[in-house]
Amino acid sequence: MIETFIVLAPLIAAAIAGLGQRFLGDKLAMALTTGVLGLCCALSLYTFAAFTWGDAPERVTELFRFIDVAGFTSTWSVRIDSLSVVMLVVVTVVSFLVHVYSIGYMADDPHRARFFSYLSFFTFAMLALVTANDFLQMFFGWEGVGVASYLLIGFWYQNKAPNDAAIKAFVVNRVGDFGFALGIMACFFAYGSIRFDEVFAQAAAHPQLMIGVGDISFRAVEVVSGLLFIGAMGKSAQFFLHTWLPDAMEGPTPVSALIHAATMVTAGVFMVCRCASLYELAPYAAGFVTIIGATTAIFAATVGLAQNDIKRVVAYSTCSQLGYMFFAAGVGAYNVAMFHLFTHAFFKALLFLGAGSVIHGLHHEQDMRRMGGVRGPMTITWAMMLIGTLALIGFGVPGFFGLAGFYSKDAAIEAAFAGIEAGRIGAQWAFWAGVGAALLTSFYSWRLLFMTFEGTYRGAAHGHGEHHGHGETHSAHHQQSGAAPAHESPMVMLAPLFVLAFGAVFAGWFFAPYFVGEHAGAFWRETLHVSHGHHEFPDWVIWAPLAVTGAGFVFAVFFYLLNQGLGARIAAAGGPVHAFLYNKWFFDEIYDFIFVKGGRALGNFLWRWGDQRTIDGLGPDGVSASTRFASRQMRRAQTGFVYHYSFIMLIAAVAFGAFAIWAGAQPANGAAP
Amino acid sequence: MSDWPLLTLITFLPAAGALLILAARASARGANGGFDRGVRLMALIVTLLTLGLNILALTHFSFADAGFQLVERAPWALGVEYHLGVDGLGMALMVLTTALMPLCILASWTIEKQVASYMVLFLLLETLMLGVFCALDLALFYVFFEGGLIPMFILIGVWGGQRRVYAAFKFFLYTLLGSILMLVAIIVMAREAGTTSIPALMEFEFGRQMQIWLWLAFLASFAVKLPMWPVHTWLPDAHVEAPTAGSVVLAAILLKMGGYGFLRFSLPMFPDASSLFTPMMFTLSVIAIIYTSLVAWRQTDMKKLIAYSSVAHMGFVTLGIFSGTEQGVQGAIFQMLSHGIISGALFLCVGVVYDRMHTREIAAYGGLVHRMPVYAAVFMLFSLGNVGLPGLSGFPGEILSLVGAFQANAWFAAAATVGVILAPVYGLSLYRRVVFGKLENPQLAAITDMNTREWIMFAPLVIGILALGLAPSLALDFTRASAQSIVAAYQAALGAAP
Repeated sequence: MIETFIVLAPLIAAAIAGLGQRFLGDKLAMALTTGVLGLCCALSLYTFAAFTWGDAPERVTELFRFIDVAGFTSTWSVRIDSLSVVMLVVVTVVSFLVHVYSIGYMADDPHRARFFSYLSFFTFAMLALVTANDFLQMFFGWEGVGVASYLLIGFWYQNKAPNDAAIKAFVVNRVGDFGFALGIMACFFAYGSIRFDEVFAQAAAHPQLMIGVGDISFRAVEVVSGLLFIGAMGKSAQFFLHTWLPDAMEGPTPVSALIHAATMVTAGVFMVCRCASLYELAPYAAGFVTIIGATTAIFAATVGLAQNDIKRVVAYSTCSQLGYMFFAAGVGAYNVAMFHLFTHAFFKALLFLGAGSVIHGLHHEQDMRRMGGVRGPMTITWAMMLIGTLALIGFGVPGFFGLAGFYSKDAAIEAAFAGIEAGRIGAQWAFWAGVGAALLTSFYSWRLLFMTFEGTYRGAAHGHGEHHGHGETHSAHHQQSGAAPAHESPMVMLAPLFVLAFGAVFAGWFFAPYFVGEHAGAFWRETLHVSHGHHEFPDWVIWAPLAVTGAGFVFAVFFYLLNQGLGARIAAAGGPVHAFLYNKWFFDEIYDFIFVKGGRALGNFLWRWGDQRTIDGLGPDGVSASTRFASRQMRRAQTGFVYHYSFIMLIAAVAFGAFAIWAGAQPANGAAP
Repeated sequence: MSDWPLLTLITFLPAAGALLILAARASARGANGGFDRGVRLMALIVTLLTLGLNILALTHFSFADAGFQLVERAPWALGVEYHLGVDGLGMALMVLTTALMPLCILASWTIEKQVASYMVLFLLLETLMLGVFCALDLALFYVFFEGGLIPMFILIGVWGGQRRVYAAFKFFLYTLLGSILMLVAIIVMAREAGTTSIPALMEFEFGRQMQIWLWLAFLASFAVKLPMWPVHTWLPDAHVEAPTAGSVVLAAILLKMGGYGFLRFSLPMFPDASSLFTPMMFTLSVIAIIYTSLVAWRQTDMKKLIAYSSVAHMGFVTLGIFSGTEQGVQGAIFQMLSHGIISGALFLCVGVVYDRMHTREIAAYGGLVHRMPVYAAVFMLFSLGNVGLPGLSGFPGEILSLVGAFQANAWFAAAATVGVILAPVYGLSLYRRVVFGKLENPQLAAITDMNTREWIMFAPLVIGILALGLAPSLALDFTRASAQSIVAAYQAALGAAP
C-alpha cells in the first residue's frame, strides 16, 4: 500500500500541478509537488528501514493488467525487494532535495509550475521503472524518464540549443531502446515470458538454449543480455551512445543533478543488476559490459580534462563514474555496482547543485574561464563543492575512514582485480582503466575547483549586472579585492547541499557493511548473488587508487594553482592532443556527418528520386498527360465530376451485372480443380 | 430489442440523414447561413445517433465469441445475399468509425462552401465505411469498399486545396487499379466456390495455384488502400489537398480497410499464398517503415509529413498480420485502432492552425507555444503518441507487431525496429519547428488558442490515447477471440498443407 502510494503520488501531483497551473498558481504548484515528494521521501526511507532492519518481506503489489496477449503478459506492479528499495531511497531523496533547491534556483522563471510538474512526472516514471516486475513496465518507465528528460532539457524552448539537445537526447536514447526492445522480443521468443522471475528461472533451467534464424543461431541468454545492455548504453550514456549527455546540460541545473547524474542515467546500471542472473550465465555479454564500462570510464575522464563549461566537466565525470558501475557489474560484482550507484547519487548531485549555486551566483555564467575568485563571496558553496570533490575522488585512509567514493570506487577497482583472477572477460582492461581514470578524475575535479573558486576573477566586470539592480554595487565592491562579483545562494538552495554533503561524507562509511561488507548477504537476500569468497588483495591494489588520486591532486595544484594560466596557455597552443580532447574525440562530428547529414541526404534522395521520379514517374504521372487533359476539361465544365464518376459507376455496374448473370447461369461448382 | 436489425440501422442511419438533408435543401431554396448551421447540427446529431446505436449494439455483442454476431441475412438479387455480421475485428473498426465521425463533423464546422453537399457526402461516406466492416457477402463488401471511393474523391476534388484535381485523380487512379483486379478475383472466387458468402468462403479451400492469383489480386487493392510501399504516393497528395476532416477520415478509417481486408480475406481464405508471400510482405513492410520515415523527415508540409508517417505506421500493421502469430495479429489490429486516434488527432492539430493561418508550410510557424499553450500540450501528447511512447496508445500495437514478427523472423523484426529510432526524428522535429522556438512570423502574433469547439473535438481523442495506452487490454480483450480464431485457422491450414 505504502509503496503504491510512493509510486503514484508524484504522478498525481504532476498532473494537478501541470493541468491546474492556471488555477493553482506557481506557489501552490511548487508547494504541492515538493510536499508530496517530501512525503514520498519519508515513506521510502521507512520502507527501506523496514526492509533492511526489520523483517519486511519481498513483495509484489499488482494493480491491473497492462498487456496480455498469449503469454506476452505485463501487469502494472510495484515490486519491493532489496534492489528496488535502494533505488526508492536514491530517487525520492534526491528528487525531494532537487524540488526544494529548485524553489530557489527557478525563482525568476515564469514557468515554474510546468517545471515542477515535469520534475514530479519524471520521479513517477523513474519509480515505475525501478519497481517494475516485468520488462515491459520497465520499458515504460525507461521511456517515461526519457520523455521527462526530453521535456526538461528543452525546458527553455525558445532557444535553439536546448531544443537541439532535447531531440538529440531522445533520439540517441532511442538507439539504445532499439536494443532494449529487441531484447524484450528475444527474451519472449526464448523464454515465453517477460516477467522477471519467470525469465530468470527459465534462463537458469535452460542455460544452453539457442535461438536464431535459419542456420545462424546464438545462445539465447547471450543475445538477450547483450541486446538489453545496448538499451543500458543509451540510457546511461556509455561509449558510442554517450554524446547526448553533455548536450543535455542545456537543461536547468537542478534537472542535470536529478536526471543526468543521480537517477535516470543510473537506470542502465540498475537494469544490468536487475538482470544479474542473466549476465551471470552470459560471459560474453558480461565481458561486453565490462569493456564498454571501462572504456567509458577512461574516455570520459580524458574528455573531462579539457572542457571549460563547469556543467560539462561534471557531466563527463558522471559518464566516467557510470563506467565504473558498469565494469563492476560486468565482472560480477553487482552489489559493488549498486553501492557506487548509491554513493554517487549523493556526491554527484551535490557537485551539480553546487555548480548550479555558482552559476546562479554568477548570473548564469557557466564558462570556468570567466570564473575564478568565487571562494570569497561563496564560501559555503565552496565548502560543499570541496566535500563533493573529495567524495568523488575517493579520499580516505584504508582501514580507517573515507568519504563515500572511497568505499565504492575502490571496491569497483578491487572487484575488477578479483575479476582478473576469476578469468572474467575484460577484467584486466577494467582494472587498469579504473586506476587510470582515478588519476584523471582527481585532476579534472581539482581543476574545476581551482579554476572556479581560486585565483582572481576573470569574467567581465559588468557582464552579469545588466538585468540585476544590485549587480553594479557587487562588481564595484569586488573589483578591488580580485574576488568575483558573486553572491551566495539563498538557504533554500543551500539546505539541500548540506543534506547531500552529509550523505557524501557518511553514506559510504555507514552503508559499506550492508552493500559490500559483512551484512551483504542478508541485505541483498535473494535479489543479488553476492560472492562470499573473501578476497585478500595485495597492498599495492589497495593503495594504488589513493596514490594516483594524490598524483592527480599534485598535477592540478601545479597547473592551476601554482602556475595560473598555464592550462590556458596549453589550450591556446592548440596541440593535437588538446584539440582531440577538447572536441570530445570528434564523436559529434563523425556522427553528425554519417547519421544526420547522411540521413538527410538519404531522405531527400528517397523522396525526390524514389517517390517523385521513379514511383510517380512510372506510375500515376505516366498517365498524367491524360489526367491533366481530363482535369482541364473538367474545370471548363463544372459538372464534369458527376459525368466522370457516373461513367465509372456505369462500367462497374455493367461488369457487376455481367458477372451476376454469368454466375447465376453457371451451376455452383465447388469442386477443386 | 436484440432482434432489431442493429447493423443495418447503424450502417444506413447516416445515409438516411443524408437523404433528409437533401430533402430539406430541396424545400429550402435559397440557402442562407441559418440553413447551413442547421445542416451542420443535423449532421452532428445523425453521427452521434449512429454512435449511440453502435454502443447499443455493443451491449448485444459477446467478446468471448469468435464467430460472427448480430447476423442479418436476406436474399437479395442475382444470387447475392444481403448478409451482415460482425466479429471483434469488425466491431472494433465500426466503433472507431462511429466514434470519429462526430469529431469530423465538428472539424468541418469551418467549411463554408456548399455545406449541405459536403455533409451529405460525409454521411454517405460513413454508411459506406461502416458497410465495409460488417458486410459478410463478397459482392456487398465490394459495393461498400469501392463505393467509399466516390464521396472521398468528390470531397477532395471539390473542397480540397489548390492541387485538388491532381490529387483526386491520383487517388482515383491508384485505387481503381486495385479495385478492378479485386473485382476479377471476386468473380473468379464466386465461380470457383459457388457462393459469395464470406463465412462460407473462409471454410472453402482454394487450390494452391488459385490462391496465389487471388491473393495477388486482393493485394493490389489492399496494398493501395493501406497503403504499402511502393503504391503509397497517392496518400501524401490526397492528404495535403483534402479538407481537414477528409484527411482525418482518410487516415483514421479508409486506410484501415486495407488491413481489415488482409485479415478478413488474405489470411483466412488464402493461407498457403499468405505464407508463400510472407517474406515479400515483410520486406515491403520494412521498406515502408524505414523509407517513408526518412522521407517524412524531409517534408516541408505538415500534412505530407504526417501522411508519410502514416505509411510507416501501416508498415507495422502488415508486419504483424503476416507474422501469423496472435501477438502480431492483435498488435496489427491495435495499431490500426490507435493510428485511427493518433493520426486523426494529428490532422486535426494541423487543421486548427490551418484554419487560422491558411498554410501548412512548417516554415511559416514556430513558437506557437507562446500564444497557444493548450494547443501545444495537446499537440505534444499526440506527437509522443505518434513516436510510440509507452503509456500512450501508439506503443502496444508496435511492440506486439514486432514481438509477433520476431517469432516469424528475427532479422525482419530487427530491421523494422529501426523505425523506433526514426519516429522521433521526424515526429519531434516537426513539433519543434512548429511549436517551439521564438515567435518569428509576425502574422502569428495574434493567433488564438483552441476554442471550445476544438476542445470538445480533442477531448475524446485525448481520453482514447491515454486509456488505450495505459490499459490496452480494453481493446485487446475485445479483439482477442477473433484474432485467436484467425491465427488458429491460419496455422491449422498451414499445418494441413503438404
